[in-house]
Amino acid sequence: MASTLSYRVAAPAASGRQRLQGMARGAEPFLLPIALFALWAVGAAQGWISAQVLPSPQFVWETLSDLATSGDLWLHAQASLQRVLVGFVVGSALGLLLGAAMGLSKTAEDYLLPTFNALVQIPVLGWLPFVLLLVGIGEPLKYILIAKAALVPVTLGTLQGFRQTPATLLEVGNVYGYSRRQQVLEIVVPTAMPTLFTALRLGFTKAWLSLVVVELVASSEGLGYLIVYGRQLFQLDLVMAAVIVVGALGYAIDRLLDWAEARVAARHGARPTPKGLL
Amino acid sequence: MNSTTTLSPLPAAAPAVTAPTRRNQAFTRRWRGLVVPFAAIVLWALVSRLDLVNSALLVSPAKVLDTGRELLSSGVLWLNLRASLARELTGFVIGTGSGLVLGGLLGLWPRFNRIVGPSFNTFKQISLFAWIPLISVWFGLGDVAKVVFLSLAALVPVVVNTADGMRSTPATLLEVARVYGYTRAQTIWHVVLPSAAPAIFTGVYLALVYSWLATIGAEYLLVSGRGVGNLLIEGSEHFRMDLVLFGMVAIGLVGWLMNASARTLERALARRLGR
Repeated sequence: MASTLSYRVAAPAASGRQRLQGMARGAEPFLLPIALFALWAVGAAQGWISAQVLPSPQFVWETLSDLATSGDLWLHAQASLQRVLVGFVVGSALGLLLGAAMGLSKTAEDYLLPTFNALVQIPVLGWLPFVLLLVGIGEPLKYILIAKAALVPVTLGTLQGFRQTPATLLEVGNVYGYSRRQQVLEIVVPTAMPTLFTALRLGFTKAWLSLVVVELVASSEGLGYLIVYGRQLFQLDLVMAAVIVVGALGYAIDRLLDWAEARVAARHGARPTPKGLL
Repeated sequence: MNSTTTLSPLPAAAPAVTAPTRRNQAFTRRWRGLVVPFAAIVLWALVSRLDLVNSALLVSPAKVLDTGRELLSSGVLWLNLRASLARELTGFVIGTGSGLVLGGLLGLWPRFNRIVGPSFNTFKQISLFAWIPLISVWFGLGDVAKVVFLSLAALVPVVVNTADGMRSTPATLLEVARVYGYTRAQTIWHVVLPSAAPAIFTGVYLALVYSWLATIGAEYLLVSGRGVGNLLIEGSEHFRMDLVLFGMVAIGLVGWLMNASARTLERALARRLGR
């Protein structure tokens, strides 16, 4: 506890013992997962917990590889990915438009933002029965709900990004006699870039989360459906395999977006010109 | 980005706005915000009055109001709302309590953070709703399963924000505490906690919002018993749009009330801490 509350002034040269300590530290993150996994494996092998409640790791692994080799996994993953992509593209395109309109015009904000804020209070699952009655249980239902999930953070992020243009930069634009169009394209949009990207990333996370929810509630294919199906048949191995795939895919996409966000930030955020100029 | 900032390079131009104009502007803004909802309701009433769309799903605004009044006066709404809120609060309290402990340990104890932190970060990546089928096998479909799920939903934001808040105590403050010879308990109580308080409160605030969303989700996916979510499900199963619409409004209103009260509390707390 002491090392957070005090900080070292200079690190002494690493000795052999310290290198060992460093290796022990490197192993620390894996201790808990390994312990849990060992407990799970031993518990299942010794029959402490019935396989109905918690299937053994080998069984889950077998189910997972069965799913992968039979091609079922790709079928379901493809259905899910298609839904999330269509919903995300539609939702974030609308969100960018709406956010930009409100960001550029105070009047548009006055008219639209209160209604938007009121509708946002209702979660995706609150919209589900309404949209279900309107469009039925087909693909449009999923697209609409996922698009709505992505729309909210993208709209708010775009609005915020467009509003935070430094006044000094705008004045420079005035001095150079920029037209309104030039102001927007060359000052407002570039400075809003990092915020826009963060908003898009958040939008994707929300879209992915609601994909799982929507598929759990209403679908006949997709990764969420696989979870429900396994649950209905009491095949917990299938449930766990599907949860692992959902988690792994979500994690991979998150990492990818993180990397892309860092690149955008490096290109737009850390550009020295704005600050150096003024 | 409004036109006044772009077109007035002289700062002296700003104070020219007099108080009445400002009040007028505020009035205009509020008035404009009502235009869209009002127009939508008028359009809705017109369409249903003139039978422009031939569908049993298009109920009139009056019908929705009637349904609402009926649900209110018969006590059905209160019964469901109370069941939902009781679960929500139980899950919120359990989740926030354990989240504060776990977040505090992660934030104050580096070794615990190195061992548990990465596992926790992986765990929180998995969509919470994906756990519901497993929770339903382990805890059934009743209130226990729902409360477990709600606690998990509330736990995650509290842990993340508490740990982050404690870790980001300014080094200069810690240095001052050391100069004054504070004990570790004193340092935590007088330095780390006050500086982490806003972040911790943000976590608790998010926990309140998340656990309300999770309440609705749990009622969908662990269908049994009463709750506002069950009202919606019933409405959609019986093709009763009036029930669905009223349920949506109720869910939205409760969420909004929670948001508003948490924000008021947060502001009061911030004033108390002199920030």
